[in-house]
Parts: sequence; structure tokens; C-alpha cells
Amino acid sequence: MQTYDLEANGLRGLNETLHAQSETTNQTVWEVVNPKGSHAIAVGLDAPIEVTVKGSTGYYCAGMNQQATIRVEGSAGPGVAENMMSGTVIIDGDASQYAGATGHGGLLVIKGNASSRCGISMKGIDIVVHGNIGHMSAFMAQAGNLVVCGDAGDALGDSLYEACLFVRGSVKSLGADCIEKELRPEHIEILKDLLDRAGADAKPEEFKRYGSARQLYNFDVDNAAAY
Amino acid sequence: MCGIVGLFLKDKALEPQLGALLTDMLITMTDRGPDSAGIAIYSDYSEGNGKLTVQSDNPESAYPGLDSQLSEALNAEVSIRVLDTHAVLETAVEKTAQARSILTTLRPGLRVMSAGESIEIFKEVGLPKNVADRFEIAKMSGSHGIGHTRMATESAVTTEGAHPFSTGPDQCLVHNGSLSNHNSLRRKLIREGVQIESLNDTEVGAAYLTWKMQNGATLGEALTSSLEDLDGFFTFVVGTKDGFGVVRDPIACKPAVMAETDQYVAFGSEYRALVNLPGIEDAKVWEPEPATVYFWNH
Repeated sequence: MQTYDLEANGLRGLNETLHAQSETTNQTVWEVVNPKGSHAIAVGLDAPIEVTVKGSTGYYCAGMNQQATIRVEGSAGPGVAENMMSGTVIIDGDASQYAGATGHGGLLVIKGNASSRCGISMKGIDIVVHGNIGHMSAFMAQAGNLVVCGDAGDALGDSLYEACLFVRGSVKSLGADCIEKELRPEHIEILKDLLDRAGADAKPEEFKRYGSARQLYNFDVDNAAAY
Repeated sequence: MCGIVGLFLKDKALEPQLGALLTDMLITMTDRGPDSAGIAIYSDYSEGNGKLTVQSDNPESAYPGLDSQLSEALNAEVSIRVLDTHAVLETAVEKTAQARSILTTLRPGLRVMSAGESIEIFKEVGLPKNVADRFEIAKMSGSHGIGHTRMATESAVTTEGAHPFSTGPDQCLVHNGSLSNHNSLRRKLIREGVQIESLNDTEVGAAYLTWKMQNGATLGEALTSSLEDLDGFFTFVVGTKDGFGVVRDPIACKPAVMAETDQYVAFGSEYRALVNLPGIEDAKVWEPEPATVYFWNH
């Protein structure tokens, strides 16, 4: 295992070192010590390596990730795994606002709670939150799955496109054009797989599914007066 | 952007370190606000004693002899402690209002930063480290304090535009964000007779809280009504004689992290600001909820 002391050796060195790893690297396991809430830790990786951050992180940890598995043994600041393409990001603690924003692929697991705007504009990423999520989550979400084992805050799925939202607990309010939908067998399968991969102890049948009513994103002549 | 730090001590043994801990937190927030910095520190409360912290652009001429001249005018004992451009004047608490009005003629141009029995506010333009050094904040002790690093958006980079803002006796406000209805609210408050000195948005927020409290609201009630009447983005941290409070607007895009242990409650715009606090590894760390008023008291 390779260990990198962020406090002693600096952020630029860390990301350069991790970027230098390729698909054929034999240095596949990395540990980052002394993160102390620093920003942009393990950003832009593109190799099948495992990175464990031993503590809490600041803004934009694991952003733009491809292939790598990044685990934060603490909480993550705003924008964790923003624009992730593939790979897995696991946050042992809580995640701050806009976790997984604009993510195209991969799996983001938050073992604690996520705050506001979780999965905003998500484009194919799967997000599993063991706890609760804050307001305006999945705003304008286009594709992918957001699974919440706890409760959701205000305006869930406002202006939603085709992402699927699954919430086990209560939803404080639904955003514009977001409605509850039937949980069909294919959704149970999706949930089963995601809950299993995220290590979440919840039954797929306990969830409710929410999706787009598709009234907002196509022009409707009856609404012309509203413009 | 702006950075906020706050530390409320539960453990008296940490009080001598308050200034040093806050200085470290403040300097960590330099890249959120490199143009000015300020700190409100609550210290040395003694029954019957009042404090006025004042600032002058010309401290060499403003402060010599000020204590004796003020003492004579007030017919009461006055002490002065000069720290760079600021000075803390102490006298009997019932004399402070009178002292404040005498100062307007005795030293026109002197600005009152804070008034109360415990609060002292120090703020200036410059990098947070330089500001902290100028006032020797690391040497200060106290029960709680709030600091701010400013990246100006709504008004000029000046001492008056720096935070914290005084909102009343022993009360202060710091702000991260920008208020969008501050011009109309300023006009309304001026019509109500509230004095507002600058074009700064946060000063309007501070004046709003002061006005609410003058009309009978408690600080908690004033903060709750600010959620209705202030438009824009804000994370506010307020200080009082024996506590501090936190409130974020309902959108809550301005960051905030809190940590609590048996020894303290701490606030930081980012977790980075808290990492050197004693026992942070085992602290309860969380993000304050939007549109929720939090308060801690001694």
C-alpha cells in the first residue's frame, strides 16, 4: 500500500501522483493521511485504483472520477464526486451540499446524511444515501438513480427529467413536476442491486418511487399564457 | 465568498487560549476572504464595568490624553488600552452612553466599533494574519468570540465595511453572503430613525436586528423574522454577552459546519477551519439546517 501525507507533501503532488497511475499500475492501493478538510482531494482520477482518505475532506473531493474507488473515512464537503463518470465513491460520514452533482456514471454511496441539492442535474450516476437528504435534491436530474434510505427534504425532484428517485422515509415536499409513481418489479431489481452494492440494510419493497410527470419539459400549448 | 469562524467555550480552562484558537481558525479562512478581517471577543466581564471599543484613522493624535479628557467630561474614572488603530475605553457601565455622545465632539471621526460590558470588536483592512497580528488577537483570552474574513461584493473594502458589525450592547453580527433587498430595507430603516453609516448590505442586516430588538423582539425572534424580511443569501453568526447563534437562509448555499465537544461549540465556513481544535477527532460535527435558528448560552 502507498501512503501519501497530504499535509507534508501538498495537494498538487497528490493529484499528479494519482493521475500518473494507469490501468496497468501495480500500485493499486493508496492511503491519503492528514486530509484536514482540504479541497480537491483525488480529483480527476482515471485508473482502477483504490484510494482511502483518512479523515474529512473539503470542497470537490473525488470530482470527475473515472474507474477509481475512493473512500472517505470521514465527512465530505460541498460537491463530492461532482461530475463523476465511473467508479465508486464511498463517504463514511455525511456529505455537504450538491453531492454527486451532474454525475454521468458510477456509484456514490453516502453512509451518513447528504445535505441540500444532492444529485442536482445528475446525468446517469447512481447515488445511495443511507441517511437523509436535504432540500432541492435531484433538481433537474436527467438520468440515473437516487436512493434515499431516510427522509428527503423540500422540493424533491423539482423540474425532473428521467432520473428515478427512491425514498424509504418521508418526503417533505415534491418539487414542480415530480410525482409518486408505481414501484414495479424492474424497480425492485434496480433497488436490490444498488442497496446490495451500497451495503445498505433496507428492503426494496419499503421504498416509494418518484419520477417526472413529464408536464414541464415539453411545451404544452395550454400553458402558453404562462410564458 | 467570505469566511466565518466562531468559538464558544464551555470549558473555562480553555479561556486563556481563545484568542490563539480563533486566530488559527481565522487565518485558515484567508482564501475565503483576503481583503479585510475582524474579530469580536467576549472577555473580562466585571459587574458594573462598561467598555467602548473605538477606531481611528489617526490613532497617534486621537488617543493620547483621551482617557483623562473623557474622565473629566464624564466625572468618572476612564481607562484606555490602545491596540493599533483601535482603543478599548472602560468606565462605569451607566456612563457609557454619555461617553459615546461626548466622544462625538471630543474626537470627531472616531468610530465606535462596539459597546457593552464584555464585547470588544477589532477589524481592519488587510490579510487576516496581518489584522490578527496588529491587534495581538492570539494573546487574548475570553469566553467566546466570532471572526470574519471578508471578500467584498456589495460595498468598498474599508474598515467600516469589515465585519463584525455591532447590533447593540454586547451584540454583533457577521455575515457570509449578499443581501439583495438591502437598499429598500435601508431606506425603510432610515425612515424609522435607525442610523446607518455605510452602503454595506450586512450593516443593514445588523441595523435590522437592532431595530427589531429595540421594538421588543428577543434576539431569537429577530433572527427568525430576518428569514421573512431579508432577501438574498446569508449565513449569519451573532454574538451576545453570554452566547452565540447561527442562522442560514432557506436556500442555504453559503457553507457552514459546526462542531461540539464537552469543551466547546465551534463554527466554521469550512471544516478546514476547525481541524486544529483540541479533540476535534471525537467532536460531533454537523451542518446547520437551513432556516433554523441555533443558539448556545452560558
